[in-house]
Amino acid sequence: MKTTETFVQKPKSVAELREAIALGRVKAGELAAKYYDRIAEVNPRLNVFLSLTRGRALEQAARVDAAAAKGDKLGPLAGVPVAIKDVMVMRGAPATAGSKILQGYQPPYDATAVSRLEAAGAVLLGKTNCDEFAMGSSNENSAYGAVRNPVDTERVPGGSSGGSAAAVAANMAVATLGSDTGGSIRQPASFCGVVGVLPTYGRVSRYGLIAFASSLDRIGPFAGNVHDAAIMLGVIAGHDEMDATSSHSPVLDYAAESAKPVDGLRIGVPEEYFGEGLDPEVRAAIEKGIEDLKAAGCRVKPISLPHTKYAIPTYYLVATAEASANLARFDGVRYGYRSPKSETLSAMYRHTRDEGFGAEVKRRILLGTYALSAGYYDAYYLKAQQVRRLLTEEFLRAFAEVDAIVTPTSPVPAFKLGEKTGDPLAMYLADIYTVTASLAGICGVTVPCGATKSGLPVGMQVLAGHFNEGTAFRVARAVESAQK
Amino acid sequence: MTAKVTIADVERVAELANLELMQDESASMVQDLNAILDYVAQLNELDTAGVVPLAQMNELEGADGESALRADVRVPSLDRATVMAQAPVTDKVFFKVPKVIEKQ
Repeated sequence: MKTTETFVQKPKSVAELREAIALGRVKAGELAAKYYDRIAEVNPRLNVFLSLTRGRALEQAARVDAAAAKGDKLGPLAGVPVAIKDVMVMRGAPATAGSKILQGYQPPYDATAVSRLEAAGAVLLGKTNCDEFAMGSSNENSAYGAVRNPVDTERVPGGSSGGSAAAVAANMAVATLGSDTGGSIRQPASFCGVVGVLPTYGRVSRYGLIAFASSLDRIGPFAGNVHDAAIMLGVIAGHDEMDATSSHSPVLDYAAESAKPVDGLRIGVPEEYFGEGLDPEVRAAIEKGIEDLKAAGCRVKPISLPHTKYAIPTYYLVATAEASANLARFDGVRYGYRSPKSETLSAMYRHTRDEGFGAEVKRRILLGTYALSAGYYDAYYLKAQQVRRLLTEEFLRAFAEVDAIVTPTSPVPAFKLGEKTGDPLAMYLADIYTVTASLAGICGVTVPCGATKSGLPVGMQVLAGHFNEGTAFRVARAVESAQK
Repeated sequence: MTAKVTIADVERVAELANLELMQDESASMVQDLNAILDYVAQLNELDTAGVVPLAQMNELEGADGESALRADVRVPSLDRATVMAQAPVTDKVFFKVPKVIEKQ
């Protein structure tokens, strides 16, 4: 039996809350107040929220209540309390990206995903903790302290969107937004026992997302169940002229898609995701989940994705190269922190960045700058982009044979705080099953799929082809309904 | 791809990246970068001759490709007062920075 504290509490579903609000049985204002009480109670132990946006939340709740009282048509998230990972901007609220270098910054605009949530009636409670600039797999790289896993406070919630995953697991929000560059939604969702979605690259606008690696970064939802996650994605998805990489591909009713039966679907199980390093209890839980899919009528077949082992080295070259360029903008000139040691312009740049960035961010900027520097560009960055194409083509070939691919989301359940902080490479390997989909631009959903003997959640990753979120949701929902 | 990173390399790269590193920080970065570069060297096992690099995802199916570009028309951006309110040092018209050219 665990001796540590646990803060797990299942949120009510989005559909249930919305209906209660529409019928006036629950007031959005009272619901928001209840969530702020819950946050006040457990945040001191979990460190999930970095800032609260109470004024804006209560104004929005009042609008929803007034609309409900008049019998107006309500949005799909009317009155639903939601939180935002602090790498997305909200007008007038601090945006830190988990970094000291953005201390004091209050962006003057909303990210597109944020404004779409609000237009759908969501009540935005505040901003959640994360690894600095979304660089990390445990949330221990936040300049504002680590988040603790609500399942077991001695363990990490995963990262980098650890706060957004923990918020849903501890019912400090009904749903949240995170960002995923190499696994930053899927891995924490699996560690905390909630649903997390990696939408196809281009499915959700990145406008207002503080950039880490622009060819990999995606915004996606966390929720307590697959249906809610599908509703959230439907609200934030779709073309946005503020992001040239956002797609015109039609947005489906993902909630309806998730409810379709799965019998006859072809499910691929790649052998490379079940090799050395996979925890036996995680393996057993995933194998049970695969049996459940068979019982639901899926046709399961073994497949091979032989380039999988090259994904981590490819990812860490591409992501750090892009990061070194993206993070050049933090220089103490236009917003955020400026070092007092700024006698000359060059001293200002160097000291601001030295004092503002944490060790992991510096490590990645250095690695990325090195990979892009004269004499090394072809050997590292170009090579990685070539392997990225091989990895992507391998997935495209697989999706000609199967409708979805299922794997463990992480090789291990949530690890202990401090367990991997001394060894950057060991931390990078935590992303071994998630970086592949990031590089290929495909979509995926992680869904709770059993637990270890000591009660730590296990997540199954369901991957599907470009803009095929509907199939990923369907399979994830079949896994979910076979639980318990 | 098997080059060993030295402390001089780390200092050169830090200069390129406008990062000031403390002495002990440089030493641990040398160690970390070498471990990571050793690990990524396994990409050399793959023959990628003739493989076109994949730099961004717009070319893939379902993405908008070139058509994603919006019409080239002027639209208002944030006003100056809103932007300058976030600046560490400003005279309300310009961002103020230390002198750029030093007297010898």
